[in-house]
Amino acid sequence: MADTLAGPASGTPQPLPEFPMPREARCPFDPPPALKDLQEQAPVTKVRLWDGSEPWLVTRYADQRTVLGDPRVSADTDSPGYPTKASPEGGEGKLGFIMMDDPEHARLRRMVTAPFAIKRVEALRPAVQKIVDDLIDGLLGRPGPVDLVEEFALPVPSLVICELLGVPYDDHAFFQDNTKTMVHRDATPEQRGRASREVAGYLAALIGKRLAEPRDDLLSSIAGRVTAGEIDHQQATEMALLLLIAGHETTANMIALGTLALLRNPDQLALLRENDDPKFVAGAVEELLRYLHITHLGRRRAVTGDIEIGGQVLRAGEGVIMANEIANRDPEVFPDPDRLDLTRDARRHVAFGFGVHQCLGQPLARMELQVVYGTLYKRIPTLKPACALEDVRFKNDAFIYGVHELPVSW
Amino acid sequence: MKVELEADKCVASGQCVLAATDVFDQDDDGIAILLEDRPADELLDDVKEAVAVCPAAAIRLVEQ
Repeated sequence: MADTLAGPASGTPQPLPEFPMPREARCPFDPPPALKDLQEQAPVTKVRLWDGSEPWLVTRYADQRTVLGDPRVSADTDSPGYPTKASPEGGEGKLGFIMMDDPEHARLRRMVTAPFAIKRVEALRPAVQKIVDDLIDGLLGRPGPVDLVEEFALPVPSLVICELLGVPYDDHAFFQDNTKTMVHRDATPEQRGRASREVAGYLAALIGKRLAEPRDDLLSSIAGRVTAGEIDHQQATEMALLLLIAGHETTANMIALGTLALLRNPDQLALLRENDDPKFVAGAVEELLRYLHITHLGRRRAVTGDIEIGGQVLRAGEGVIMANEIANRDPEVFPDPDRLDLTRDARRHVAFGFGVHQCLGQPLARMELQVVYGTLYKRIPTLKPACALEDVRFKNDAFIYGVHELPVSW
Repeated sequence: MKVELEADKCVASGQCVLAATDVFDQDDDGIAILLEDRPADELLDDVKEAVAVCPAAAIRLVEQ
């Protein structure tokens, strides 16, 4: 029949779904509805990317963990079939060891794991508490409304990274100004590039100082690897820059987006405001990580050996994307998954990814968020949005999801 | 039940320490250390959680 609509019955292949998919404007905290449909109906399926390539998309929690834990996938963006991200922000570049495979990945990663050990991170907690308290003092000293992103969410991780790396206090303003430009919504690619080079140059010089006179900080420890001949000065600088980039905008987006989600769920916000139990606050952080899942472009890999999963065979040379945000809403693992419930046990979420590349800085991110969520709403109990939800601009096109600004008053 | 840890697989995520503080610790580089390879029964749920959240599949709980 000449007038039959294209579809499976006519033998004409249906066009593949495009990835990434749009969110529903009315549900800015939920993953795209199309991801939920695929999770139910076609949990391992091909999608089409911006460049016309057709990698697999894996949407179920268990399948994602299986693939991310499989040695037959590569995180190297140069591996054949690797699903490349469109570059709305001027290219992702190759971010050091996070885009390498073992054994080189493991060798370099282990050079910077020490400061993220749980006890070391806990030792930083009083310093982080002071950073958060000082910033809140600054907010309360003003009439409002203020942009929470600019005045609080971005400065917290920037100052924490200064603390971690060992950036001297006198240089904090320089460091803050440039790291702000690196991620600023209105900065041109040239401005971002220049700020990034300023920071890289600064870190290279500071590593040089620590080579000559080591102290008890992360840059000195990285410098020690240079002295030992394990990496060169350039690699050391790249490593420091990677830790900065990985821990800055991610944490900031969790702070601002999390605050907005809580303001939209006042019963949950009240739980956090009224509860002093550190265990409850820690659990609330896990639930917000699960629910918000800000890395919304998927964990991407190239397949290097055939993998059978979900009734499909991923062939060597093909790409595969794990849309982790929908795994965190998989009802097989998280009952009533679309509900923000700070009392649930959300610890098995994959907000930090899974497999050998799982986020290195997660203990620090957790601790920062525990301090922020455990402090901000208690100290400003009347915190409220200073604009309508419809007027909030969400970072739909950015690598990391969040809000561009969040005007608040109290 | 016996806990087995393959330290060379560990990626220092620290998740086992958070899940089962009485059973796991970390060395100076953040690599997991087993404090107790035959944990008391009341710690088994924590250990199972540690097995589940370890991103590198470095921990196993085996019948003895």
